[in-house]
Amino acid sequence: MAFETIIEDGIDILVAGAGLGGTGAAWEARFWGQDKKIVIAEKANINRSGAVAQGLYAINCYMGTRWGENNPEDHVRYARIDLMGMVREDLLFDMARHVDSTVHQFEEWGLPLMRNPKTGSYQREGRWQIMIHGESYKPIVAEAAVKSADKVYNRICITHLLMDESKENRVAGAVGFNVRTGNFHVFKSKTVVVGAGGASNIYKPRSVGEGAGRVWYAPWSSGSAYGLMIDAGAKMTQMENRIVLARFKDGYGPVGAYFLHLKTYTQNGLGQEYESNWFPSLQKMVGKEYLDPEASHLSHRPIPTCLRNHAFISEVNAGRGPIHMVTMEAFQDPHLEEIGWHNFLGMTVGQATLWAATDVDPKYQNPELTTSEPYVMGSHATGCGAWCSGPEDVSPPEYFWGYNRMTTVEGLFGAGDAVGGTPHAFSSGSFTEGRLAAKAACKYIDEGKADGIVVSQKQIEDRRKQIYKPLEHYTTYRNEIVAGSVNPNYINPRQGLDRLQKLMDEYCGGVTVSYMTNEKLLNIGLMKMKILEEDLEKIAAEDIHELLRAWELKHRHLSAEAVFQHTLFRKETRWPGYYYRGDCMKLDDENWHVLTVSRRDPKTGEYTMEKAPCYHLVGKDGE
Amino acid sequence: MPTFAYMTRCDGCGHCVDICPSDIMHIDKTYRRAFNLEPNMCWECYSCVKACPMNAIDVRGYADFAPLGHSVRAVRDEEKGVIAWRIKFRNGKKDLNLLAPITTKPWGKHIPQLKDVPGPSQEMRNSELLYNEPKYIRLDEGGLHTLESNGLKMMEGVYY
Repeated sequence: MAFETIIEDGIDILVAGAGLGGTGAAWEARFWGQDKKIVIAEKANINRSGAVAQGLYAINCYMGTRWGENNPEDHVRYARIDLMGMVREDLLFDMARHVDSTVHQFEEWGLPLMRNPKTGSYQREGRWQIMIHGESYKPIVAEAAVKSADKVYNRICITHLLMDESKENRVAGAVGFNVRTGNFHVFKSKTVVVGAGGASNIYKPRSVGEGAGRVWYAPWSSGSAYGLMIDAGAKMTQMENRIVLARFKDGYGPVGAYFLHLKTYTQNGLGQEYESNWFPSLQKMVGKEYLDPEASHLSHRPIPTCLRNHAFISEVNAGRGPIHMVTMEAFQDPHLEEIGWHNFLGMTVGQATLWAATDVDPKYQNPELTTSEPYVMGSHATGCGAWCSGPEDVSPPEYFWGYNRMTTVEGLFGAGDAVGGTPHAFSSGSFTEGRLAAKAACKYIDEGKADGIVVSQKQIEDRRKQIYKPLEHYTTYRNEIVAGSVNPNYINPRQGLDRLQKLMDEYCGGVTVSYMTNEKLLNIGLMKMKILEEDLEKIAAEDIHELLRAWELKHRHLSAEAVFQHTLFRKETRWPGYYYRGDCMKLDDENWHVLTVSRRDPKTGEYTMEKAPCYHLVGKDGE
Repeated sequence: MPTFAYMTRCDGCGHCVDICPSDIMHIDKTYRRAFNLEPNMCWECYSCVKACPMNAIDVRGYADFAPLGHSVRAVRDEEKGVIAWRIKFRNGKKDLNLLAPITTKPWGKHIPQLKDVPGPSQEMRNSELLYNEPKYIRLDEGGLHTLESNGLKMMEGVYY
């Protein structure tokens, strides 16, 4: 193939993926490394990339200590009860104590934050959320990152990390290709901050055909955060903790502002409140520690997201659907009606399009809700991601190995979806994590930890061959058939994605099985995943665009395999409403009040699983 | 659904190709104009719609659940710092015009160049502080929260 090889050498900090996490890293790195070489490699265009490409109508993580609203430990308590106890409290506390300084900077840069006209403080949507006009959220933070970076490479799909050959388990940069020119790009770097995204589209979506793109998380979130790090042998945590979202049907429009600010509420198809009917039986499954409606009623303690999903799913399965959002009351107020529409236009335009197409005016009709297919990510109400070191002054010994947000691979850092055990970071928290990772990466370099890195020409050449293999495979076998996409020697990326989605759905608890799985199903699924892995060696790409889809699929496959392994390992149902282990339907704190940690051996592909202790900051909820 | 380009308005400038986060807006080789190559990987994020200088790109709701005959249009004006939306229902009964700010400041003028600000002291490097901290956390003289300052400690495996 006649593609050029373009080498960028002598990089100190390589940011792989510049969504909110990556832009935070690039921005902050310049302060701690004023003379350092900072380079960004981004799969799309940094001005509209990542999960915030479309914009946001709220910042969901802001403490407001400035206004006396919340302290970092309040955030820890909130995120931990929402995730049924399974979080990295050191990382949560650390993010929460810095996140406000991030948000205050955003306001200075021009992001329109709404103010409460009475108090002068930011307009709260709920206890943690503040309302913004965030159509240009991403262009604004991108500008900051571009200002700090020496170079920004747009349209580079990073496929693999480079590894040091002088010292085991140390990162040395990354490689990938330009999705427009096809050129091969090599980034030799002392550290890498993975800011790539979590995974949409690894489970079969509810929609079919065209609508497959109307996923909740962006379709370009290809699990590359996990694919890259797993492939490099980094330990992962909580990968079983996939998330299911209760959202407006088909368009997946957000419900947060509706519930919290517009005070809309749900009811079943008979017009009844249904949630509380499911709580007594649910309490038997998870225990009073996790579901105590009375205590929740008296305090700010939320009913965990997954448990509310459980009530939703159970009510629908009992034949009393659909579940409606009661908007007809709130929408009589023209101001609230306008907010309801702006909310969609700011972050999920497709929902507004759908209501326009189906003549759903929420002022006169209560729209339907649904529960989505599962997603694997680490910054919303779920905490998939890499097992990372915490900060020195907070973390216990098991959680600390020298550098904040460093994975178990030396010099490899994470931010946003890439970091495990840190749910509820959202956009502002992901940016903050990027800042923390960047500071630590500078320290790592300054302390000489990146000295003497060796990358052989062979490693680079091997990766080059591997990257272009789908193009060559296509060329080799294309003319064995007359025309069309059916070929006995290969599958194309769409066909591979369909297979992955089908087997994740059926064996790993997707929508068509009401999120149910068990050990037998998981073992069958894992066998099929191995065979899919073999077929992915025979994936064919007709052009460079398909080559992009081929590598996204490989990253999705690696992410999905980790989900299988973790789901198999945790023998309990920790998050009913996200998924169910039918063979162990109860929450089991005696054996499973722990974090799950995995490592995939990069040479053999074998998984090893372990339990890691779950540390808490405080003994009791300070209610 | 996604997005599509009107033949008579698109001049093939490629702004949409440049911005699409999903890499699905491409230039058709025959007509030299933009088209959506892979509608089932389109998020309807409107990045291309907003970027199009000819207003040539529109969205037709996903065919598997959105009936024809609706319209959601956007005009984003960076100079004025606003975005204007118009939503038209299929039955013609609702026609909404909405306007929202997209920034409060001129682009790029209020983001400092960190290469030129006074660099961190060794003491700051050894601390847990980030750029602009502790000032920007509360915009007062308070310091960073620590376990000690908040009366906390990490304990293994307790119930709560």
